[in-house]
Amino acid sequence: MKRGASVFNRVVMALVFLFLYAPIFLLIIFSFNAGNSNMVWKGFSLHWYGQLFHNRLIMQSVYTTLLVSFLATLIATVAGTFAAIGFYAMRRRWRSPLMTINNIPMMNADIVTGVSLCLLFVAFFGLWENFAVWFNSFGLFRLPTHLSMGFGTMLIAHVTFNIPYVILSIGPKLRQMDKNLIDAAQDLGCTWMQAFWKVVLPEIKPGVISGALTAFTMSIDDFVISYFTAGSSASTLAVTIYGMTKRRVNPQINAVSTLLFVAVLLLLAAVNIREARQERMAAQRQS
Amino acid sequence: MSKELIRLRDLCMAYDDELVLDHLNLYINDKEFLTLLGPSGCGKTTTLRIIGGFSTPASGDVLFDGVRINDVPPYQRQINTVFQKYALFPHLNVFENIAFGLRMQRRSDPKDPKRKGKLSEEEIRERVMEMLEVISLKGFENRKPDALSGGQQQRVAIARALVNRPKVLLLDEPLGALDLKLRKDMQIELKRIQQQVGITFIYVTHDQEEALTMSDTIVVMDKGTIQQIGTPEDIYNEPKNAFVADFIGESNIIDGIMVRDNLVQMYGRQFPCLDGGFGENEPVDVVIRPEDIDIVPLEQGQLTGTVTGVTFKGMQYDIIVDFRGFKWLIQTTDHSPVGAKIGIKIDPDGIHVMKKSVYSGMYGDYSSFSDAYDELDDAEAGEDEDET
Repeated sequence: MKRGASVFNRVVMALVFLFLYAPIFLLIIFSFNAGNSNMVWKGFSLHWYGQLFHNRLIMQSVYTTLLVSFLATLIATVAGTFAAIGFYAMRRRWRSPLMTINNIPMMNADIVTGVSLCLLFVAFFGLWENFAVWFNSFGLFRLPTHLSMGFGTMLIAHVTFNIPYVILSIGPKLRQMDKNLIDAAQDLGCTWMQAFWKVVLPEIKPGVISGALTAFTMSIDDFVISYFTAGSSASTLAVTIYGMTKRRVNPQINAVSTLLFVAVLLLLAAVNIREARQERMAAQRQS
Repeated sequence: MSKELIRLRDLCMAYDDELVLDHLNLYINDKEFLTLLGPSGCGKTTTLRIIGGFSTPASGDVLFDGVRINDVPPYQRQINTVFQKYALFPHLNVFENIAFGLRMQRRSDPKDPKRKGKLSEEEIRERVMEMLEVISLKGFENRKPDALSGGQQQRVAIARALVNRPKVLLLDEPLGALDLKLRKDMQIELKRIQQQVGITFIYVTHDQEEALTMSDTIVVMDKGTIQQIGTPEDIYNEPKNAFVADFIGESNIIDGIMVRDNLVQMYGRQFPCLDGGFGENEPVDVVIRPEDIDIVPLEQGQLTGTVTGVTFKGMQYDIIVDFRGFKWLIQTTDHSPVGAKIGIKIDPDGIHVMKKSVYSGMYGDYSSFSDAYDELDDAEAGEDEDET
């Protein structure tokens, strides 16, 4: 009986992994296909990867993706770090509900976040147009009346959905920190800001770096939110791939998707290895 | 020893509508070892944090050398602190921990007073090494704090504060995390360091023995008010009310009537004593320390009672004796078995008479006496103080 159950468990597990990973492996294998079919193997080739680097649209989106991810990570990490310290300094009565509010966007469906941000931007542009027209009537200098979605709005959106991840990864580090450290630094001659740089930041640095890596990963592979906030002038890699699938199936998609998969995989591995190492060090410190 | 250095004037403080300090007045002399002693939540840590500049009083003034310093931030006060659980910087080694305050210092250049310069690397090195000598930790300068024992971390924390040559050192239950033996050694060590550097120490603790061992002056606090200020001898021998008598050492506190000067009545019997200045037949609290009671043969006893419990304590026996329903603690080197009827005799200088207070009747009966209770109280005291 027990043995039967265990065989059944293994079969189910195998099926789960098959359905999860088989499509990805197929995609990776056919990205090296010499022919332009996704079903017939015509031999190994790096042809599609080569094509990729001559595709201006894709190269442009890679650049956009990296830039928006990098900037969003930078801004979100700085903002998230200070927000986390703010949470930490709060009384528990306020901190718990606010942390819940912080956590909701991470659970929230991307499509809801994307559409709501899109609506917000459109509404803001409407108000801005009225304001700009009114302001320009004074003739001091001209404000642009017509704004549209693009790189800027997408960046704002990425910063927005990244901040909660940064806060979440720094919070535990702050709670582990001896709360007298800040007082001690001030006692020894630091202003608050000096205490932050000299004492708090070195203590929470592992959390800040994990938070930044997580944020970067989230930004790189985001599709839904970018799709709704990028407008027509900017396009990330994920949005470009989606666009390519709508026209005709081009094996370049396989190649670029493989690269994206590998990039995200490496980032996730980096985050996990860091966390494992920290846990080991924390365990050592305790013993 | 006589010059006044710090004065707290009418300090009030409340957290969430709960009064933590209630019109506190206190002055602290230069080069004094002063201890704020009291149970958890009595306001002692709050008082210390106000002196250090980490909390701002709701009302009242803090004067340092005659100057009001309420609004002076911690980093501009000539006061340094040794924190509970040390608060050493984990990412810095022992040398850099001690040097931290010196590296923050900016001193005006003797040639050009407008320019403020850092301390030279040689001077920092010299002063840190000097401090390591004081705390006997030479050769440990490259260790990280988590590679040190509790006692060593403690000493580094003291050095880190003292290296700045403050006028006042604040110590917030600094020995709480150490084991008993180490704590006793550190008490003597702290007193030695204080005498060596010759500055004011303000020490916070809930451990009465620590306070008695080290202090020049003890301030006993409860519920945000000062119950008594005095030397350790004063506080122990002449407690002002039942709270102080109970908190410092062991006390039997009995209802009595002051018949006239030098004569007090308990259990309907009159006892000669050395106190005076009360009204005729004024109800009073009488304190009798357990070690001031002599056990004598029944017929010679001023009072007679029945032994209900005996605990061997090494140096002495703790005997609980029932005197008409009120249980006394007697410490004696003579063994008396449970159930024995004994007589006791108290010398006039073993009796201390106090005026009635709000604490009357709350303490001094050993009906539920148990060592376990005392230990539980101590453990809680350490934890709760964090919240304030």
